[in-house]
Amino acid sequence: MIEFTTWDIIRNLLLATRWTVLLSLVSFVGGGTAGLLLLFLRISKRKALRGFARYYIELFQGTPLLMQLFIAFFGLGLFGIDVPAWLAAGLALILWTASFLAEIWRGCVEAVAKGQWEASASLGMGRFQQMRYIILPQALKVAIPPTVGFSVQVVKGTALTSIIGFVELSKAGTVVTNATFQPFTIYGLVALIYFALCWPLSKSSQILERKLNVAHRNH
Amino acid sequence: MSLIEITEVRKSFGSTEVLKGINLDVEPGEVIAIIGKSGSGKSTLLRCINGLETINNGSISVAGAQFIDDELHLKALRLKVGMIFQQFNLFPHLTVGGNVILSQTVVKKTPRPEAETMARKMLERVGLGHKFDAYPDELSGGQQQRVAIARALAMQPIALLCDEITSALDPELVSEVLAVVRELATEGMTLLMVTHEMKFARDVCSRVVFMHQGRVHEIGPPEGVFANPKTPELRQFLGVH
Repeated sequence: MIEFTTWDIIRNLLLATRWTVLLSLVSFVGGGTAGLLLLFLRISKRKALRGFARYYIELFQGTPLLMQLFIAFFGLGLFGIDVPAWLAAGLALILWTASFLAEIWRGCVEAVAKGQWEASASLGMGRFQQMRYIILPQALKVAIPPTVGFSVQVVKGTALTSIIGFVELSKAGTVVTNATFQPFTIYGLVALIYFALCWPLSKSSQILERKLNVAHRNH
Repeated sequence: MSLIEITEVRKSFGSTEVLKGINLDVEPGEVIAIIGKSGSGKSTLLRCINGLETINNGSISVAGAQFIDDELHLKALRLKVGMIFQQFNLFPHLTVGGNVILSQTVVKKTPRPEAETMARKMLERVGLGHKFDAYPDELSGGQQQRVAIARALAMQPIALLCDEITSALDPELVSEVLAVVRELATEGMTLLMVTHEMKFARDVCSRVVFMHQGRVHEIGPPEGVFANPKTPELRQFLGVH
């Protein structure tokens, strides 16, 4: 039987961590872009667009991320579309992240006082100009802490992609465990690495919240 | 032709009719005070004039531009009438100067240097030229309201709508805002103001409109309305018996 040194184990896990980080970044950036689009639909004046965004959000928030991954991976396969694991993982995570970010941000937009809409409207601004110059800059301050906080959920969400065979940190943990038969040590290390990724994020979310509250210029 | 023509305007919120057929013509340079109990529809009427509320019936036209509820017509209308609010509604993330400059550059596409010159001129006019770089939350309520006036004036409207602009102010700050409004009035600006400042209305306004239950109940020059109220409702409102 081959012996694995601790360094071998850690090195392999860290190499796989790169994929966890990359997948998290792609999901967050992609999901953020899609989420912003969804936000505009969600607060649109057109009923149909609002309805679409609402159902989209309800659908993706109301089903497990795991099911979404399965559908993206196996479901599309049924139609003869060959979806590689990384694509299914990325796609599902982006769509899932978008639904949550859009809803978080909608709350932030609605937190901006109604008078700001009225004042900018009475100065002749169109809806897009109001958003761009008046509402979003103010909503942004409120949005940063919960958005950074949600990024923790995204990082942890990537662990599920191991089930469809995407080799990131969790999958690497399973693979290494199968070779070393030391599940406690390996998964313990995996957990530690996740913690090392997530903790700074939640911490900075807390710090940002305190900071932006102090500098809150609204009142 | 009148500057603002309000004809048979009706407005309902759900099943409650707030405006029940309002007729009012405003000539250029007139200063009109709208008084009445809360719930009489005076703020709603003002908000209808620049399209913050849509009307259910009747018509409103400002300098020939008809009120039509789409973004292009609304913009044209709002370029003609500025509005000042009870709660000031300055943009808290911009400086005082930024507040006055923004809509000029964004809506009218005025080049920034010109917009800045205009902003300084208007702030000077309300006595706040030295606050150009301050943020709204560093100003007193009265100063904020004067910035709001400067912001509306910078768009060069032909009429200003003032919705209880002194109601949120501490008593000692009311006069500085009213002084600015009084000056605008003497310069010939057309003003429509919902107000509770009866003394001011009496001194400055050319006509007073008393609204009651969604209708123009009594209208006339301030001397007549205040000294010689004809209807019992107005007498009760003014507290004279």
